[in-house]
Amino acid sequence: MPQILLPAMSPTMEEGTLAKWLVAVGDTVKPGDVIAEIETDKATMELEADDGGTVTALLVAAGSEGVKVGTPIIIIAGEDEAAAPEPVKKPSPGPSLEEGRGDSLPAPLPGREGSGEGASAASPATAPEAPTGPTRRQTVREALRDAMAEEMRTDAAVFVMGEEVAEYQGAYKVTQGLLEEFGGKRVIDTPITEYGFAGLGTGAAMGGLKPIVEFMTFNFAMQAIDHIINSAAKTLYMSGGQMRCPIVFRGPNGAASRVAAQHSQNYGPWYASVPGLIVIAPYSADDAKGLLKAAIRSPDPVVFLENELLYGQSFDVPEGDHVVPIGKARIVRAGSDVTLVSYSIGVGVALQAAETLAGMGINAEVIDLRTLRPMDTATVLASLKKTNRMVVVEEGWPACGIASEIMAVVMEKGFDDLDAPVLRVTNVDVPLPYAANLEKAALVKAEDVVTAARAVCYR
Amino acid sequence: MARSPARNSARKAASAPPLPNWPRPDEPERFVASRDQLLEMYRQMVLIRRFEERAGQLYGMGQIGGFCHLYIGQEAVVVGLQAELIKGDSIITGYRDHGHMLACGISSKAVMAELTGRAAGISGGKGGSMHMFSVEHGFFGGHGIVAAQVPLGAGLGFAHKYKNDGHIAVTYFGDGAANQGQVYESFNMAELWKLPVIFVIENNQYAMGTSVNRASSEDQLYRRGESFRVPGLQVDGMDVLAVRGAAKLAVEWVRGGNGPLLLEMKTYRYRGHSMSDPAKYRSRDEVQAMREKSDPIEGLKKLIFDEGHADEAALKAIDRDVRDEVAEAADFALEAPEPALSELHTDVLLGTY
Ligand SMILES: Cc1ncc(C[n+]2csc(CCOP(=O)(O)OP(=O)(O)O)c2C)c(N)n1
Ligand SMILES: [Mg+2]
Repeated sequence: MPQILLPAMSPTMEEGTLAKWLVAVGDTVKPGDVIAEIETDKATMELEADDGGTVTALLVAAGSEGVKVGTPIIIIAGEDEAAAPEPVKKPSPGPSLEEGRGDSLPAPLPGREGSGEGASAASPATAPEAPTGPTRRQTVREALRDAMAEEMRTDAAVFVMGEEVAEYQGAYKVTQGLLEEFGGKRVIDTPITEYGFAGLGTGAAMGGLKPIVEFMTFNFAMQAIDHIINSAAKTLYMSGGQMRCPIVFRGPNGAASRVAAQHSQNYGPWYASVPGLIVIAPYSADDAKGLLKAAIRSPDPVVFLENELLYGQSFDVPEGDHVVPIGKARIVRAGSDVTLVSYSIGVGVALQAAETLAGMGINAEVIDLRTLRPMDTATVLASLKKTNRMVVVEEGWPACGIASEIMAVVMEKGFDDLDAPVLRVTNVDVPLPYAANLEKAALVKAEDVVTAARAVCYR
Repeated sequence: MARSPARNSARKAASAPPLPNWPRPDEPERFVASRDQLLEMYRQMVLIRRFEERAGQLYGMGQIGGFCHLYIGQEAVVVGLQAELIKGDSIITGYRDHGHMLACGISSKAVMAELTGRAAGISGGKGGSMHMFSVEHGFFGGHGIVAAQVPLGAGLGFAHKYKNDGHIAVTYFGDGAANQGQVYESFNMAELWKLPVIFVIENNQYAMGTSVNRASSEDQLYRRGESFRVPGLQVDGMDVLAVRGAAKLAVEWVRGGNGPLLLEMKTYRYRGHSMSDPAKYRSRDEVQAMREKSDPIEGLKKLIFDEGHADEAALKAIDRDVRDEVAEAADFALEAPEPALSELHTDVLLGTY
């Protein structure tokens, strides 16, 4: 293979910086030799030669930024023609990707009058939140790290534990730099033993510490769910209020990119059904930071659901001790015609749909639940009172989800405000497939949100 | 033979049990192979190596997505073990599974097409690299959750014993997986019920970025069965003949109704844990030294030449055939169509309700 293309070095990498060449024209390389250092958003990685040969040209200069995956970067002429692999043929385009979900949305029923109780008494959010003080642009990843670091600086009882959180700097680099600042006593690499370390963390919380337990992803917390639910969530109640369990279980949740059925589940609905737990699932970096700080300070056990695809996205984060209250939804976009309710990555989908809808003359309000339990139903109901129409957007399965819960709440308490049935737009009701076209078809999409919003607006 | 007898005796001393108060098999001997057997093991190891290199390239081109864990460096383990199994035996492993599938005789086209997510893939494109299965070949996956395959493998053994069909199960897992509690629950049940299971720890010395001794209080993993009375043997997993010798003995022991056996294969992965591994946890020199001194393919090649079983031309011919096979598999995997969108809804449940 004489010409080497810039490879994708992670499931989400699209471009990289060619930080450094470690070979020059004329050098002989052996299979496995490192030829370059490539920086991605997550890490600096070493690029190895697959086959040996002589470097005949460097096609991209060291220091080049934004080099797209697939760009030819170097030519290495093989030593032995028989040993060089055949050039890879160009792939066929494959069948065209059909857009949209297979199942069509039900036709909405006409609006009805009822005898619901209306919005709950708690004071709802009614206007978008905007930071007042100075802010800085940060990724969700950095914001989460800062939240942990700031809380660790002020409270010696806080420590972080999980697989690869210390020396490796976190499998997704969320704990980057923490080992260096806080040392091995407070930033602890565990063996791969989720059930064990979740239980150990829970015990440490019972013993007066404030553990932050990272799961490499929440899929692996299924090994540990017994301790999260049976040990952490029920302690206070079963001890008649004597025993506390201030612990944060955190990590990425939901689908990532092409990692298939066992690595792509949204546990929001699972944990949100459990009394005794707080469940948080932020979208933006400012909320990620403010809510993680609140979670660490909370005297209760918290399940904190992040999202791998959001880690690299940037938002304005208020400077200073930015703490966001648990249990408050946020109006991310004000609107008057229809309310789109979502959380985590679904908020991005809803915002995208809102843009499209605006072009059609439909002014959508977008609500980010932020906390799934306890849920801020007051804000949801207050928005419904204004728009009279609602669509719930969830990157997860349709059955027994957060969307189902919102619909139930609206039936019970917002019935009189409805001009159309509430619709939900979710992933398709199947395990997440690997094939690119099937995965795309299975995941929640802005187009479907647009269709649903138009349906409830009868437009 | 390429390896000195001194190494063999050192290995014996290292794995002698401290409390041999229950039956255990003799120490394994290095396998003495015929010319045909040697060439076949060579072919299989080269096939896995070239296949994985091509998979790495296709990942870099964006044709393979998600997680992709290559088996390069560990080829001797699965090739040596599979050679001693018979049709009808069951095998199961984790996500680093491409090599196991090729060693089971599953078509390289069907495996590669699964990696590219096409309808012709062994799981119809629905599973991807980490989740591949072939019931026909007794290959029960392909599992993405670390150590989940260990009790599943014990269960496959349970089924063989229950059916009294004379077959055995082999469950492969990593050094990192060896720290999961369900491994020990499985050891206990397997010994208690004398299940025909070989537990194979592929100790490639790292679990992602964590070296064995940073995660394991007992880092001599072959001893991990002792408190359950599961005998363990430590084997040079970079030497396909050592592996095959141990496999022969283990298969006899387990098939003979003596209950489970634990084999710790000391091996090494040359590549990153998956395709997105910054590789800061070990030195470049450590990897190069392994490649240069202990490579399983080079080791077998040298033995074949030293003992005069075949000449350079014979091995070159095998290399060429393998390259052609892998090139064909890659072309097939790139040209094959994606699954039909209707496949999204199939295979969720069997019955209609
Ligand atoms: C229960 C669970 N926890 C964590 C992970 C993430 N993970 C995937 S592979 C891996 C390392 C496993 O190492 P090892 O068992 O030594 O096998 P190797 O990768 O070396 O073959 C980890 C932590 C997972 N897939 N499942
Ligand atoms: Mg390992």
